[in-house]
Amino acid sequence: MTTSAFAAQGADLELVGIQKRFPGFTAIEHLDLKIPPGSFFALLGPSGCGKTTTLRLVAGLEEPTAGRILIGGEDITGKKPYQRPVNTVFQSYALFPHMTVLENVAFGLRRRRLDEPVAKAHEALRLVELDHLAARKPQQLSGGQQQRVALARAIVNRPALLLLDEPLGALDLKLRRQMQLELKTIQEEVGLTFLHVTHDQEEAMTMADTVAVMNKGRIEQMGAPEELYELPKTAFVANFLGQSNLFTGPVVGSTSEAIAVGVAGQRIVVPTARAHRHVGEVTIGIRPEKLSLHLSAPAVDPARNTMGPGRVIDVSFSGVSTQYLITVPHVGTLIVFAQNMAFGPVAEEGGEVWVSWDIEHGFGLEDEPADTPRFEADTTTRSIAAQRRASLITELEEV
Amino acid sequence: MAFAAFATTTSEAEQVPRRKSPVALLLLLPGILYLVLFFLTPLISLLLTSFQAPSEFGDIGQYTYAFRWENYLQVVTDYLPHILRSFGFALIATVLALVFSYPLAYFIGVTARPWPLAQSLMLVLVIAPFFISFLLRTLAWKQILSDESFIITSLKAVALMAPDAHFTGTPAAVIFGLTYNFIPFMTLPLYTTLERLDLRYLEAASDLYAHPVEVFRKVTIPLSMPGIVAGTLLTFIPAAGDYVNASRDFLGGPDSQMIGNVIEANFLVLQNYPAAAALSIILMSVILIIVSIYVKRAGTEELL
Ligand SMILES: Nc1ncnc2c1ncn2[C@@H]1O[C@H](COP(=O)(O)OP(=O)(O)OP(=O)(O)O)[C@@H](O)[C@H]1O
Ligand SMILES: [Mg+2]
Repeated sequence: MTTSAFAAQGADLELVGIQKRFPGFTAIEHLDLKIPPGSFFALLGPSGCGKTTTLRLVAGLEEPTAGRILIGGEDITGKKPYQRPVNTVFQSYALFPHMTVLENVAFGLRRRRLDEPVAKAHEALRLVELDHLAARKPQQLSGGQQQRVALARAIVNRPALLLLDEPLGALDLKLRRQMQLELKTIQEEVGLTFLHVTHDQEEAMTMADTVAVMNKGRIEQMGAPEELYELPKTAFVANFLGQSNLFTGPVVGSTSEAIAVGVAGQRIVVPTARAHRHVGEVTIGIRPEKLSLHLSAPAVDPARNTMGPGRVIDVSFSGVSTQYLITVPHVGTLIVFAQNMAFGPVAEEGGEVWVSWDIEHGFGLEDEPADTPRFEADTTTRSIAAQRRASLITELEEV
Repeated sequence: MAFAAFATTTSEAEQVPRRKSPVALLLLLPGILYLVLFFLTPLISLLLTSFQAPSEFGDIGQYTYAFRWENYLQVVTDYLPHILRSFGFALIATVLALVFSYPLAYFIGVTARPWPLAQSLMLVLVIAPFFISFLLRTLAWKQILSDESFIITSLKAVALMAPDAHFTGTPAAVIFGLTYNFIPFMTLPLYTTLERLDLRYLEAASDLYAHPVEVFRKVTIPLSMPGIVAGTLLTFIPAAGDYVNASRDFLGGPDSQMIGNVIEANFLVLQNYPAAAALSIILMSVILIIVSIYVKRAGTEELL
């Protein structure tokens, strides 16, 4: 890419003790965040949790009630939006209706008096495959095309920090995949820092180096996608990123390696290192794809936890795997994903089954058990997101 | 055609008109009849009058139908200063009204958005002068600005005005009156566009390195163009033909007569109907030409 000639280097972003209150509503409680330079950071959370507000604070469109914002080590809290080395892809696109697509994209370059704004704008438009529509007005584009123009308009400036507010929300699956790859390529080649907001957890997991899960104006957990998936800290994270089976019970025994929790008269063991709490009431979680189904009581194995018998109440086939819903008396409903290794389901609806899992796969949450609600199953959730990420990385290496 | 400029949404221009149906034509009929009766008829009568010649044996004010195009030549040579002055005054008054109204409309329509009550209150204040006849208001200004008035005597006392100077009767007084009387016509259309201005565009511009002045020039002004065009037309057209402010009974004097005063004098005093009619036709044509050029330029380059 020749445009990298005028690229700024990605800078790190640091939010220190940020709080944002609107009249009568606290959108952000207390936010501390550090994004290393050149990283792809995803901010993930449900609608209304304060993601857009966070981006607006960084862009300077909103003033924090308290706290400081630093970019590249420089405190920019008091700076105006046009003085910040930051560009935003707005959730509402905000393309200027009185300018052509080309002029929209060239706008930032012209304001900075950079040379060859038109050539660079064309190049950015080629990147999002819209160069043939350069002469059109934004109103004459489809929603997805407008979104790509908004992307081009921000990326063309090569800002030290690019803020993306659900930039791929309006795209179909194929185009979205393509744009994800494109974004990742740009980010890696130029070394820009991306702060990507989304509520699509799969997108966050496949693209980001670091994912922060936000809920009600707070960051619940932050880390590499695998870490968040394998070792969620809270029930919210456990169910927002993929689905989890959660059991709560008192600790009934502990060694230096593992703790045992009593759940409906059965002992569930989890490694001490994978549990965030070691005494009192503890919530243990296990991912649905880590569970094995048995049609008869499995032999006692110290390396595995067993639960059952339970009854299959629902079987749904989804291609690569089959999802079973199993009720276990006094425990509740469990979800099991089983790979479709053989034809037909392993267990029939109404059948009696047992489940077991490797104790190494369980995790213990940090939450107080009192506030561990079960969340609605998220249909877009796929436990294979982590594998998707791996394949995306290989794809990137091929590009 | 000029009225297309009053439409505040720009995207409609792209839309294909719907198929004409007989019902639509039927509904249009009263309007068309009205226009033919009350617009076209007087226009034709005016056109005919403008070519009339004095009757050979008649009194003053008796004319016969003819094709005396020299009438036009005559009025242009006689009244060229008035014609030029009219458009000059109207232009200055329009620019002044725009300069006063834009910040006002911006304040009411954008800055005061979080307080809808204050917005309506300020709008009422803008419209309030309409409740009093503008003749009365202009007369009031004549009083306020007369030589014996407090304002003028004070200005003279502090030597800001020469002791023997006047304000009423000067071109400045006429322009002042025009500006004052047409400010609401400028403010209201500006307010309607600015009130709907999407501030996210301004945020996007400042995010793209535009400092406030550039945001205003590159985004706010172009997006409020429909209001600017509507307001300037609503001010310029009536101001160019106005004969109240420049009248000697109000704020005008011998050196500040406008084309409207000349037309009035020819019709009512001199009873030179052809000259008055020819002047009216000239006034109308010049306005039409200026307005079409203006709307076309503003429309193609910035509006869309
Ligand atoms: N100007 C404002 N005044 C009052 N409350 C606001 C304002 N802007 C946002 N909020 C509130 O702050 C909260 C966070 O809003 P924000 O736009 O950051 O959500 P989000 O995480 O981006 O959601 P989404 O995924 O739906 O875009 C919301 O509850 C919203 O109602
Ligand atoms: Mg948002």
